[in-house]
This record gives sequence, C-alpha cells and structure tokens, in this order.
Amino acid sequence: MADLLVYSEKIGTACELAAKGREFAQALGLGVSAAALGTGAAAQAAELGAAGADRVFVGEDQALEGWPADSVAAALAQIVAEADAKVVLLGSTRRGKELAGRLAEKLGAGAVTDVNGLELEDGAFIAARYAFAGATVAREKVGSDVKVFAVMPKTFSAEDATAGAGAVVTPALQLATGMKVVERRAKEGDTVSLDAAPRIVGVGRGFGKKEDLALGDQLAEALEGIVGCTKSLADFQWLGEDRIIGLSGAKTAPDLYLSVGVSGQVQHTVGVSAAKLIAAINKDKEAPIFQMADYGIVGDLYEVVPAVIERLKAV
Amino acid sequence: MCVKTNPDPQMVRIKNREPVLEAVPFKLGDLDKNALETAIQLRDAAGGKVVALTVAESNRKIKETVKDALAMGADEAVIVDDPAAATLDQAAVATVVAAAVQKLGACDLLLFGEGSSDNYTGQVPSRVAEKLGVPQVGYARKVEAVEGAVRCERSMDEMIETLELPLPAAVTVVSEINEPRIPSLMHIMKAGSKPTQVWTLSDLGLDAAALAPKQEVVSNLAEEQDRKHIVFEGTAAEQAEAFVNALVKEGVVGR
Repeated sequence: MADLLVYSEKIGTACELAAKGREFAQALGLGVSAAALGTGAAAQAAELGAAGADRVFVGEDQALEGWPADSVAAALAQIVAEADAKVVLLGSTRRGKELAGRLAEKLGAGAVTDVNGLELEDGAFIAARYAFAGATVAREKVGSDVKVFAVMPKTFSAEDATAGAGAVVTPALQLATGMKVVERRAKEGDTVSLDAAPRIVGVGRGFGKKEDLALGDQLAEALEGIVGCTKSLADFQWLGEDRIIGLSGAKTAPDLYLSVGVSGQVQHTVGVSAAKLIAAINKDKEAPIFQMADYGIVGDLYEVVPAVIERLKAV
Repeated sequence: MCVKTNPDPQMVRIKNREPVLEAVPFKLGDLDKNALETAIQLRDAAGGKVVALTVAESNRKIKETVKDALAMGADEAVIVDDPAAATLDQAAVATVVAAAVQKLGACDLLLFGEGSSDNYTGQVPSRVAEKLGVPQVGYARKVEAVEGAVRCERSMDEMIETLELPLPAAVTVVSEINEPRIPSLMHIMKAGSKPTQVWTLSDLGLDAAALAPKQEVVSNLAEEQDRKHIVFEGTAAEQAEAFVNALVKEGVVGR
C-alpha cells in the first residue's frame, strides 16, 4: 500500500502532521508513515504512533547530526521510496522549509512551503499560502506524482488523534553530508508562551534601541498582556526567540493584538491574522500593518505609547 | 550570487480581491541585496569575482533592474531571458539557475536571499543546491571565507550554530547579516559599462519541456479579512483617548 509520510524535526509539529495526515490518508486510501531522524530519534516513535503513524522510520545516522538539509533530504528520499509515499508533509519550520526544496528536487516533485491551509478537493490537495508579501492567499495544486507540502506549525492539531500501529522500521540509509557542525551553543533568554495569551503587544523595529522596549513592557502591563516581537528583534538578541510571532515563531489568536513600531511584513503578520482585534501604532501611514488593522494610530511611538499607557490607567 | 527581481510588494494594490500588477515596477529583492552585499564583502576580503545571475521571468525591464546590482558592486551580470520562461514555478527557476551556473563554470559560492520579497517560498536555493550536488546552509547571519570552505553562523530556535561547508556550496542569508550599501552616483554611472550577458534557454541547452510546471496556482486572491480600518487623528493624547475608548467599547480592556 502506498503511504503518506510525515516528518518534522520538531516532535510536536510532526505529531500534528501525523494526526491530520491520518485523516487525509484515510480519504485517499493511503497508510501513514512518519520519519524520526537524528540522534535519539527512536525515542519519538511511540509518540508518532499515538499521533497516527502506522509505521515510524527511524534514522540515527551520524550524518543527520544537526539536521543538514542534504543528508536529511537524502534520508527522506530513501524512506519515500521504501514506504512508496505519494504525499510528504513536512513542518514549515526554518529547517523544514530549507529541506522542502531539496527533498522535492530529489523526488522530481512540486512543493508548497509555508502552507497555512491544506485540504482535499475531489481527491486533490489544495494548499494555501500567503503570496505578494501577504497581500493575497495563493491556493496551489501540485501535479507531480509525489507531492511535498511544508505546513506551518499549529496549522493542525494533534489533539483527538487516532493512533496508528506505530511499528518501528529501521531502514538501511546511505547518507553523507557536506555540512560540518563547528559549534552549537544555546541562546540565553527568558521563556514565555504567547500561544494562549489573550492580549499581546507586538514590538518591532520602530524601537530605536533595546532599552526603549521598556515602553512596550509598560504598555503590556497596562493591558495585562504579554510582549511578543518580530523576528528581527530576536535576531538582534533584544528579546528571546520564544517571543517571536509569525512564520518562524508563534501563531497566535489573541483577543487583542496591538502592534507598536511593526511595519507588518507577512512573515510577522501571519502569526496574528487570527486575532479578534488588531490595532497598530506606527509612524509610517503607508505601513502594511494598517491594511490589516481594526484600529490604527499614525504617530511617533515614543509619544503615543506613553499617552496610551496614561489613558489606560484611567480605565 | 543569484538575485531575483520581483514586483515591488509595496506597490501591489488589490482590486476586487485580485492583485493588480500593471505598472508595478520590478526591483531587486531586499534579501537579494543582503546576499549581494555579502558577496561583495567576501570578494573584497578573499578575492574572486561577483557575478549577479538572474532570470528575467516577466520583468521586461530586467537590464535596468540588474544595473542596481552592478551599481552596488557586482562585477558582471548574467540575465536569462526567454519568452518561453516568462512564468516559471520554483522547480523551473532552479533548473534555469543551475544550468546557468554550470555554463558560468567554476562558481565557488552560490549566495541567495533566504526568500523573495513577494512569495518567499525559499525553494529555489535548496533546489539549485540539490541539482548541483553541493551542500547548503540557510539563514546565515554571518558568512566568512576560510581555507577552501565557507563558515556560516545562523540562529535556529534556541541555538546559535556555526557551520562549515566545503566549496562549492550554497548559502542563503537573512536580513540581519548586513546593511546593503547604497551606490554612489559614480558607481551608478559606471554600472552601465560593466559586462552584462543575456542568455536564452537554448544557450543553456534547455527547452520549454525541461521547464514544464510541477504545480499551479489555482487562485490568488486577497484574504477576506473583515477589519475596520479606523485610524485616529490628532495629538498623541487625543489619539490615545479615542483608541482606548474604542478598546473599552470592544470589551478587550476594562472588564
């Protein structure tokens, strides 16, 4: 029997894909395989089985250390062949997105990355993703025999998953990588969870320096909310990675998302488009964030934010 | 290094949920400029030559757009322009880029932006790396040349990684890597005299069949986001007053 194969280096994402993958597979008459790759991957097999995988292909080859795109793609291509997979669902994390193109090329396949909606229409997958920097949503169909979709984390839920058999398969993989890991060091930083926050203040590059973010903290405090940020602020190491909202971070659905000094690039806004209410403070009236905001204030955040904090105190 | 020109996303307007592309100017992608700046700095530090390679697709003013890359400091430009390659999917773009790299001969390092400013699929660099059988690192925020190799630093989840690739290799960069230079008037004037080659698909030994699409866009419409688009005017205090009143009315604060 042909299979649908799921893989993500993030076990939570892999389980989401397995759970939803099982629904797709049933509709298409396919089995569900999962791949668990990297050092200690065998430990993920039970979880992937519980999430819906009938078979879990485990690869712990040394060449998979650090998940180089070349060796991970090679491993998955070999697993695709062994499992006779027709559909591959990957997590559209940074690593997953890097992997998607390489794997698809190996398989002669079409691929869609950053998928935020995937459904079957008359037996064919339709994948939705943002296009034109978020101005539109493109719905794409892949015509190749094998289809690759890199799906954004949390697009699907692993809750209420139907378990699969979870049989462990250890394929003989032929792997090599050109990538050498010189060093991996942990980042310093705090930990917060944006996923369930009812009110989020999103801060962006409109803030001139790290110290100024205190203003964002005060605003969040006045709103009894949590501070999240665009990816660039985390890259500057002004805030921890767990505060990133968007493609490479949290996908949130708060009651209120108030952005401050955020231009509104799609990589960020995809993480807040499900908010009940979106508000924005930005000095550039042309900033794309205003196109998706319910309420906007065009002005200097250094003047507007203190005024808003002051006014909130009177509520 | 590879650059993509695309319709300026800031200039794309939506009419009846359809993107309107007429009269939208093409420009170099923002991340492509970061990749170009990286290439220029590597050349200045380690020697070599920077070739800006691009596929025209539907950009009819490709030569003008590519001049921006030459003005920034690329030594040469190669444009693949062919009516049969006006609309390509990512696999087809990668096929063209890989063939052009092979025609160019010994390229040590292929640099790309991590994604394009318009669609951001990030597929082309990985597909090209696979086609050429070279190792890759995505999302570099530092790139330096070391003996026979390239060393990259990237930020992934909770880790900072330092990675090394033997040359030839493919690397994509993120925006934090540098601040792309703004060319001086003199550099802009000189750009026109730098060598620019234009190749067709047959120059690359490719035909339309080699570029047959593997995927199709079924629809591409603006999301139906029902937002209020209310903008508050006035002094900061007046704006804050109206804004907070609105939040109270919406029931998101003060309850």
